[in-house]
Amino acid sequence: MYPIILLSVLGIVTLFLGFSKSKNILLPAVLFFLVLALASNFVEWNKGPLLYFYDMLRVDNLTLAFNGIVLLSAFMIVAISGGFQDNPDSEPAEYFGLMLFSLVGALMMIGFEHMIMLFIGVEILSVAMYILTGSNKRNLRSNEAALKYFLMGAFATGFMLFGITLIYGATGSFKIAHIQGFASNIQANSQPYILYAGLLLLLIGMLFKVSAAPFHFWTPDVYEGAPTIFTTFMSTIVKTAGFAALFRLLSTSFSGIYSFWWVVIAAIAVLTLLVGNIGATSQNSFKRMLAYSGISHAGYMLIALTALTKPSQSAIVFYSFAYSLSTICAFGVLMLVSKEKTFEGQPNERYEAFNGLAKQNPLLAFVLAVSMLSLAGIPLTAGFWGKFFIFTSAADRGIIWITVVAVLMSAVGIYYYFRVIIASYLREGDMIKIRVAPFYQLILLLATFLTILFGLAPGIFEGLI
Amino acid sequence: MLTLLLILLPIAAGVLTLLSGERLAKQVALVSGLAVLGVAIAAWLQFDPAAGTQFSFKYAWLASGGISFAAGIDGISLVLVLLTTFLTPLIILSAFNHDYRKPASFYSLILFMEAALIGVFTATDAFLFYLFFEAALIPVYFLAAIWGGENRLKVTFKFFIYTIFGSLLMLVGLVYLYYQTPGTHTSEITAFYALQLSKQVQGFIFWAFFIAFAIKMPLFPFHTWQPDTYTESPTPATMLLSGIMLKMGVYGLIRFLLPIVPGGMEVWGTMAMVLSVIGIIYGSIIAIQQSDMKRLIAYSSFAHVGLMAAGVFSYSINGLQGALIQMLAHGINVIGLFFIIDIIYSRTKTRYLDQLGGITQSTPHLSVYFMILLLGSVALPLTNGFVGEFLLLSSVFQYDGWLGAIAGLTIILGSVYMLRLFQKSMFGPRSKWVEGFQDLTMSERAVLLPLVIMVFWIGIYPNTFLKLTEPAVSQLLQMVNN
Repeated sequence: MYPIILLSVLGIVTLFLGFSKSKNILLPAVLFFLVLALASNFVEWNKGPLLYFYDMLRVDNLTLAFNGIVLLSAFMIVAISGGFQDNPDSEPAEYFGLMLFSLVGALMMIGFEHMIMLFIGVEILSVAMYILTGSNKRNLRSNEAALKYFLMGAFATGFMLFGITLIYGATGSFKIAHIQGFASNIQANSQPYILYAGLLLLLIGMLFKVSAAPFHFWTPDVYEGAPTIFTTFMSTIVKTAGFAALFRLLSTSFSGIYSFWWVVIAAIAVLTLLVGNIGATSQNSFKRMLAYSGISHAGYMLIALTALTKPSQSAIVFYSFAYSLSTICAFGVLMLVSKEKTFEGQPNERYEAFNGLAKQNPLLAFVLAVSMLSLAGIPLTAGFWGKFFIFTSAADRGIIWITVVAVLMSAVGIYYYFRVIIASYLREGDMIKIRVAPFYQLILLLATFLTILFGLAPGIFEGLI
Repeated sequence: MLTLLLILLPIAAGVLTLLSGERLAKQVALVSGLAVLGVAIAAWLQFDPAAGTQFSFKYAWLASGGISFAAGIDGISLVLVLLTTFLTPLIILSAFNHDYRKPASFYSLILFMEAALIGVFTATDAFLFYLFFEAALIPVYFLAAIWGGENRLKVTFKFFIYTIFGSLLMLVGLVYLYYQTPGTHTSEITAFYALQLSKQVQGFIFWAFFIAFAIKMPLFPFHTWQPDTYTESPTPATMLLSGIMLKMGVYGLIRFLLPIVPGGMEVWGTMAMVLSVIGIIYGSIIAIQQSDMKRLIAYSSFAHVGLMAAGVFSYSINGLQGALIQMLAHGINVIGLFFIIDIIYSRTKTRYLDQLGGITQSTPHLSVYFMILLLGSVALPLTNGFVGEFLLLSSVFQYDGWLGAIAGLTIILGSVYMLRLFQKSMFGPRSKWVEGFQDLTMSERAVLLPLVIMVFWIGIYPNTFLKLTEPAVSQLLQMVNN
């Protein structure tokens, strides 16, 4: 609860800081704000389920863990944004302000206990993202992406709102606890079909946000068009928050009608895995590949939702964390490399841009390689254990066939993740030495270190939740 | 604790090699390879075949999940650890002739590979086994992809995806078995042995494991990655792949497939057997037609591994013992042969039989070593190949007379392609490519001599090794039959 209040206030403070003459103060200030929020988040650790705002917001260890991932990711992303100083057109104060506000939305989604809170959270997060997507005003792709994201996002929100309405109609309440009571006693109730329809519509809205197929069509274009730093934000924070919300929704409110929705989620998981992985293989742009890879990772996380066992809770937290770390590294290196090279007048985001990276910039190549290995789920990286926990949760529930599909798709994943490693290590290229700011480097190394640490000793994470 | 040392020492040695700089790298690598061999020999001397798994250690990894970092050595593990640690220094030494660029990375990758292989052969926890099984892939991938031939990127990529696909299927099987263990789940291999699985489930698990191991070995029809990868890789990587890594597959069959899903074996065993036998004949026939020497040995290796698999699937003590001793013999022979081909290639710049001939005129030493290794490979009595091949064929024969008869053709076909190899390259008129061919240098002899000694040791007194594995094998079979 504290980070929500803090971030709301500090977001406004950030906007005011924008009036100051010196733009240099912004970045340290925002980083400090995020550290503050992160620290305040853990004040309530182990204080155990607390309800706030007329029981509309819930704080328990699960919420705090997701909050922690989101805030840490935000910290890293802000740190590698470099204060937007290299672009004279940018408005850093507004960007940072919007990022902080959108975090408020993300935290509301994570901790919601009331449907309205969920809706407001989604909207706060999304509206900020629409603007940030289009923030590169002079770039046509960025504009197009923003419009596309906004239009489709608005539709999705419509579905979601409609779903919430129907759920209200069936149960007479917006509160998770009431809905749970209704859903777990479905035989005795007179209007189960309205509840089912409401759930499906609500799911459409949420699945759009986490870019699961077949609601994923916006993803590659938007990810590609948005400035890379905001793509990073989108693919880590929006996804984590979305899955936290979905998990809470399905594991509490609708756990009573598991037999109804699990097939839907399972089918969508399989479809998402197919679309994400197969789509990614045919990309020439690394950034677009990461967009498809983001879709495929949504598929893996959906498997954990399908299983919905005790282990799947920690699996989904662990997976979000591992995925966020690697994605930040991947986009972080992409930003550095693509800045140095151009292709048809735009920053070069194709695989070829990485040719020969290892020779001139061994550190960057290493960071990139570890992040790719982790995304591909190769052992001794955090990503492996993320997948492992998800597979075990599905096996625990006895849904082994979905694991087989996921495994086949992981093998496909290796194909496109390794293309980057091959480009940077095994291909010759005219790579120039890239200067990396010490702090930037520190963040990349921190993420890489955590990826390897959790790969070697996933037990550290265990017992936290 | 010796086991832990065996796993950690090559890792430490690899890091040391990496740090020792480009000039000292190969010496450091060689010395550390020998040090690991020393530890393995120390383990051998203390080993008591009757006592089951020894030198064990166990650290909780995921405590609540019952997953631990646990390893130990029994007879089956020991022979493979000995093979790995014996061959690695020789592989390192064999690379001395070449000036590989970035030698520090090159040699350290070999040592990392060694660590992963020892991990595979000693793990007593199924997930630890899986981790090492995959980890072994990464060093050899980079060895092949950085220092390999022209098509290396495409070929090694195929290899990588192929084998990782198999491993992932195995992961599904492991996860499933893990959840079948009673109480707090555990991933100890012995707990998997104790499971009572239904016939149908055993069928699925059989496939998950079978495909993983069949790709690794490789068995027909999962072998398509192999000849290209062997040919394109630099010789030390080829040696690692053929000499040691394919043994991971056979070891997996013995350690996982047989004891965990005997029911699956009942249903699908015959099919696996038939595939193995097809592989033997198919590999041999293609080997006869090869002109590239490296490819020829690649296909011969494919044929030999088919016979090992057939022995394992025959389910008998002879078959398993034969497979184990043949793993040793094949590792030794194939590494020797690849090394000799590398010597010929580095002096003549060709690997094609049509372009070679008459080498023997100026190279008495090379010819003798080549001949001995080659005869070992075609299983002449008193050489190492004979013992294994005899046990294997007798077990296949007992399983089914017809299959045994067909598999027996391997001896004839093997002689055909091996003697053809020798005749075309060493005898006949001297071709222009082999002008000024030098005989072996000291370091080359240092590689070949230990190999030849082993050819005779195993050939004349195989009991040294057979008695190490016998108790473990009979215990395994007892468990399966119950």
